[in-house]
Amino acid sequence: MAKEFWRWKEYNWQDENLNWRDGKVITGGVDVGSVSSQAVVMVDGELFAFSNMRTGSDSPNSALNAMNWALENTGMTLDHFDFIVGTGYGRVNVPFADKAITEIACHARGGNYMYGPTVRTILDMGGQDCKAILCDERGKVTNFLMNDKCAAGTGRGMEVFADLLGVSIEDVGDLSLDVDEEPPPVSSTCVVFAKSEAAGLLREGWSQSRVLAAYCSAMAHRVFTLLERVGVSPDFAITGGIAKNIGVVSRIERELNLTALKPKHDTQIAGALGAALFGKALVEKGKGRKNKAVA
Amino acid sequence: MVTIGIDVGAKNAKILILKDGEILISKYRESGFDQAGVTTALLDETLAELKLTRDDITSICSTGAGRKAVTFANEVVTEVSATSRATFEMYPEVRTVIDVGAEEGRAIRCGERGKVEDFAINEKCAAGSGAFTEAMARALELTVEELGKISLDSSASVPMNAQCAVFAESEVISLLHANTAKQDIAKAIHDAIASRIVSMTRRVGLNKPIALVGGMARNVGFVHSLNAAIEDEVLIPDSPEMTAAYGAALIAAERAA
Repeated sequence: MAKEFWRWKEYNWQDENLNWRDGKVITGGVDVGSVSSQAVVMVDGELFAFSNMRTGSDSPNSALNAMNWALENTGMTLDHFDFIVGTGYGRVNVPFADKAITEIACHARGGNYMYGPTVRTILDMGGQDCKAILCDERGKVTNFLMNDKCAAGTGRGMEVFADLLGVSIEDVGDLSLDVDEEPPPVSSTCVVFAKSEAAGLLREGWSQSRVLAAYCSAMAHRVFTLLERVGVSPDFAITGGIAKNIGVVSRIERELNLTALKPKHDTQIAGALGAALFGKALVEKGKGRKNKAVA
Repeated sequence: MVTIGIDVGAKNAKILILKDGEILISKYRESGFDQAGVTTALLDETLAELKLTRDDITSICSTGAGRKAVTFANEVVTEVSATSRATFEMYPEVRTVIDVGAEEGRAIRCGERGKVEDFAINEKCAAGSGAFTEAMARALELTVEELGKISLDSSASVPMNAQCAVFAESEVISLLHANTAKQDIAKAIHDAIASRIVSMTRRVGLNKPIALVGGMARNVGFVHSLNAAIEDEVLIPDSPEMTAAYGAALIAAERAA
């Protein structure tokens, strides 16, 4: 089978120093996106475990797989939760969730936790959409704009390019910065047409780095126009998979003339993290499960 | 008088040679990345086949997205002018021309004598072009011809949520995983592109009769979905992909007269 250059790292993480059995409130957030799914487990408002994986063709299974992977070998089961919130494109297909909340609200809430209360603008660059979200100091959404119609400016578009150039998706950003001077951006908006354009550039003798630079700067410019429309106020932060691509991030920073805050956690878990935090707030309001298993 | 029309499209370069209003020959070839080289070779080979030289030619008119690459052309026209001119020659009664090529979709409103009154173009997005069906055919591991044919075996209407070709590819794969029959997916694909083409056409007015030209007119599945969407039957020439080249040759003859 041909190498799948687009394939990004799927993994789980757990805080081994945190004994969840001592915790009072256990909440979960599951973000079933169109491309990736994440499950987050929080114990008393602290991040305890998460998983990050590709969404399968079946949303309910993806949600369960993500949660089971986050809980792997911890001894925790679904019965130990006080509340679980589903979010993302497939949020209504999380059979074990107590509530579904939109990913806009969750990204703002998760971004607030991840980057601190000074963050006012969160750019979520997901697999199949891109959102510019404005929020207040508590992570409450005040305005947003999104593009979910077109792959330009999304992770899926970047995956297509990684495959075309035969460059691992995780190396795209660094490679795109390895150019003597910035080439003109790819002129096609549509990813399908940009692919043909890039193939032409490669035939003209452009290096992989130069083509990637041209594509990353086109993507940066596209999301910049979305950010401009919503109106950026600092502090500024990026969530989602593309936040890991230094080639796009640095070019967005250059266009905005702003530095993005550095994330404390994997930027792909922001939505699920926000969902788990909403769960905790609901438990504190007395909306938690009454039949929770004792640890 | 011998005139030549050359249409350099996103995917194929087409040549058509006209002698006193009669089509002598038409040919096409992938335009590739060296459009100038491809069109020159296509011209010389076609002339050699007819035992003609460049001296026998009165005028050469180029059109298409790569029309400027045709350095030996003495006339240049837009695809809209060329397409409407040829359609008027073939179907003088037509009021709307829908032209769907590899990377562009166009809708042209024609008045009396084929005059262009208004037009709409989609050139920014693959969703309303042949590139969309190509991407979907690849996802289904079918040729575009097969995709068109099997679509006729379906009477289901499976909705496609994605508009973007890149997202639609993932959606097609999900539909396959959900055991949706390939012919039903094929029909969903053609229904989706037909609906986008119709909404673009509505911007200029869906005035009947309607002609369909461009390479996509070869796709029987798309034609079927388009006819269903407009509740009519579009007129399709024998060589729909040659329409713009034909129009360019006709315009070259008019301007030389």
